[in-house]
Amino acid sequence: MEILGLLGDGMWLSLQPLNLMLILIGVTLGLFIGAMPGLGSVNGVAILLPVTFLVPPGSAIIFLAAIYYGAMYGGAISSITLGIPGASTAVATTFDGRPLALNGRASLALVTAAIASFIGGTVANILFTLFAPVLASVALNFGPPEIFALMLLAFATFVGLGGDDIPKTIFSICIGLVFAAVGFDQISGAPRLVFFDISGFLHGINFLVLAIGVYGIGEMLWTLDSTRGKITSSEAKMSFKGIVADSKEGMKRGWKGTTVGSFLGFFVGILPAAGATPGSLMSYGVTKMIAKNPQEFGKGHPGGVAAPEAANNSASTGSMLPMLTLGIPGSPTTAILLGGMVIWGLTPGPRMFVDQSEFVWGLIGSFYVSNFFALAINLAFIPLFIWMLRMPFTVLAPLIFVLSVVGGFAATRDMHDVWLMLGFGLGAFFLRKFDYPLAPAVLAIVLGPIAEPTLRQSLLLSSGDPAIFFNRPIAGPITIAAIILILLPLFKVIRDKMRTRNAA
Amino acid sequence: MKKRMFLGLAGAAAMVLSSIGGSAQAFEPTKPIDFVIMAGAGGGADQIARFIQSVAEKKDLTSRPLVPNNKGGGSGAEALIALKGASDPDHTILVTLNSFFATPLRQKALDIDIQTFTPVAMMGVDPFVLWVHKDSGITTFEQWLETVKAANGEYVMGGTGKGQEDSTVIAWMEGAYDLKIKYIPYDGGGAVAKDLAGQQIMASVNNPAEAKGFFESGDVVPLIAFSDERMEAYPDVRTVKELGNDFSYYNQRAVVGAPGMSDEAAAYYQELFKTIYDTAEWQEYMASESLSPLWLNAEEQTAYWATQVQNHKDLFAAMGE
Repeated sequence: MEILGLLGDGMWLSLQPLNLMLILIGVTLGLFIGAMPGLGSVNGVAILLPVTFLVPPGSAIIFLAAIYYGAMYGGAISSITLGIPGASTAVATTFDGRPLALNGRASLALVTAAIASFIGGTVANILFTLFAPVLASVALNFGPPEIFALMLLAFATFVGLGGDDIPKTIFSICIGLVFAAVGFDQISGAPRLVFFDISGFLHGINFLVLAIGVYGIGEMLWTLDSTRGKITSSEAKMSFKGIVADSKEGMKRGWKGTTVGSFLGFFVGILPAAGATPGSLMSYGVTKMIAKNPQEFGKGHPGGVAAPEAANNSASTGSMLPMLTLGIPGSPTTAILLGGMVIWGLTPGPRMFVDQSEFVWGLIGSFYVSNFFALAINLAFIPLFIWMLRMPFTVLAPLIFVLSVVGGFAATRDMHDVWLMLGFGLGAFFLRKFDYPLAPAVLAIVLGPIAEPTLRQSLLLSSGDPAIFFNRPIAGPITIAAIILILLPLFKVIRDKMRTRNAA
Repeated sequence: MKKRMFLGLAGAAAMVLSSIGGSAQAFEPTKPIDFVIMAGAGGGADQIARFIQSVAEKKDLTSRPLVPNNKGGGSGAEALIALKGASDPDHTILVTLNSFFATPLRQKALDIDIQTFTPVAMMGVDPFVLWVHKDSGITTFEQWLETVKAANGEYVMGGTGKGQEDSTVIAWMEGAYDLKIKYIPYDGGGAVAKDLAGQQIMASVNNPAEAKGFFESGDVVPLIAFSDERMEAYPDVRTVKELGNDFSYYNQRAVVGAPGMSDEAAAYYQELFKTIYDTAEWQEYMASESLSPLWLNAEEQTAYWATQVQNHKDLFAAMGE
């Protein structure tokens, strides 16, 4: 019960007037930073880091963590209302959030996102509070073979789904993997796939550029084409009663996704090298896989909103764990936070919980408080976001275009990426015309840069022997599960063929 | 060309004068300064860059902000290319490590001549130390050598990309002590330190700052230092020099300007970083992270680059590359 006492002190600390004010400002700022396409928690935290010199370190990290949290909530907003992923962590939210909005259920999607985020955040906070030191050692047990096995499992969840066209899914994954390989090779340091010697390809293809192109520009073209510009967005209405009804429906249909996202997101979050983006994509895949009607996903299922949203909040808390206990950032945002902690004169690492326990528990306490306020503020703003949707599409389309271009530029501040994004948008539009699923390509470009080096590191470790993925206690079961999942559709095909043969 | 050199000298002289007399600067940044970092977010170089930025911000030293911009790809090649092609050299500076010397040597196709870059400031040098996990039971360098030899090519060490600092040190050890080591490249020193603590790898050559947390918790043990003298933080750890090998290796923590930077701008940044170097914050940071202080002015830096390029050439030649 010592933990409860420490947590109580921590929460009390985060309820001090200064800290509470910082949480409120941070969450609100984060919400809007997250909602702006191209700007995510990384940018928000990096931009506001210098501001924190005005307050003591304990309050500074609370402020930045509140921004991080707020941005995780905010990312869903433009994903749902405009179809442009607000942040890389919210890409999976567009898969079902946008169709829901087009069907006039934007409020259902937004409310589901908010509540799933809250639950994901809370589950992660509780896991963090109870098991932080134990989980840190779990993270240490994940070497290259384990991480690669996990990535394989993530791909498997996307391939092994019934319903989608499997060759097309694999094609889409391969395209994504090729794009992921562009830029410098980590192992040899040599440049790869620098098309036409354009120097913009040297920094690789930014994942957000692809995602905004595919979902922002591609979606806009698709809508224009399929409706000939005649749509005015749905009769989206908003009332307190509506919120209550939506939250009931959202949780009824999205509880599985929320549960998967809360736990899987946290777990992926604590692994350094992964972070909230892979966590949310994997949760989406798993939720779809275990759903009764997987074919409803991608067409507007609340579970498809709940899973990534629960996961990205859960992962954002999870990624604090390796940062605090190992001094290793679990996500790009925590890398910046880590820099901040060094600047404030703190040493993150194994001794942190002992030497700076007041700071750590103040931070953990603030997670609970931030999470609560993020939910409240998010719900309060939903009518505003719904109002945006009521604009005619002739207004909305240029807005989406402008926000996409800004978002594509903001990520790397390079015009090259804007052209690339427009190209991806056009490409995505045609691929969609031919019924190619695009989510697997997005997944591949996120997971490729993690999967490739870990695969090569593992094979270097084993002198080229692939048995390394099977004979290690953690990697083994994960790899086998992944292989079974990949082969599952093949079994189905064989079984169906056998049946028809028997019938004939 | 002659005129330029003369101006360069005059600029340096002006810098010295201005730091004494505090006369007005001719150059002031007119837009945010692109502060390129030759490493990914979260690594040692990144932390240092962000620390420097924070000091500048805290003391309000620049009229326009330094905007960190991580370009860690290709062992620093991405950053070097970005600087070489900078559209506004007066507002583009780079935080470097030794990849600044090594990468242009190893990747000739990049066509980078580092002597065209503008020297700004040497902020200090970061020594390297050999670490093992405490559960290995190894406590001395001699024991370690025996273990590696007995493993017969199966001894696993981790480090950053090929040709980067720690891989260079490891390759040197392989040559000097006739060892065969299996080398696993990672994307940053932090990931290496973590996988050593998790015993995914058997040993690493990390900067003290990267391994500090795990050293304090007792997970990792330092065996030998590659510094010129014993380090204050690890007084019991011997150096390879004490063992009779004339070798030391440090990672430079330096700031350079883009090629083609005007002399006025160079003078401005030189003074800016001198001010940062002298702050109590930076001095304390160097002490706590075991960096060795090393201040060099512009001419000394240019000379230092030439020596380092030669050293790296010799090292690579000795490794048979």
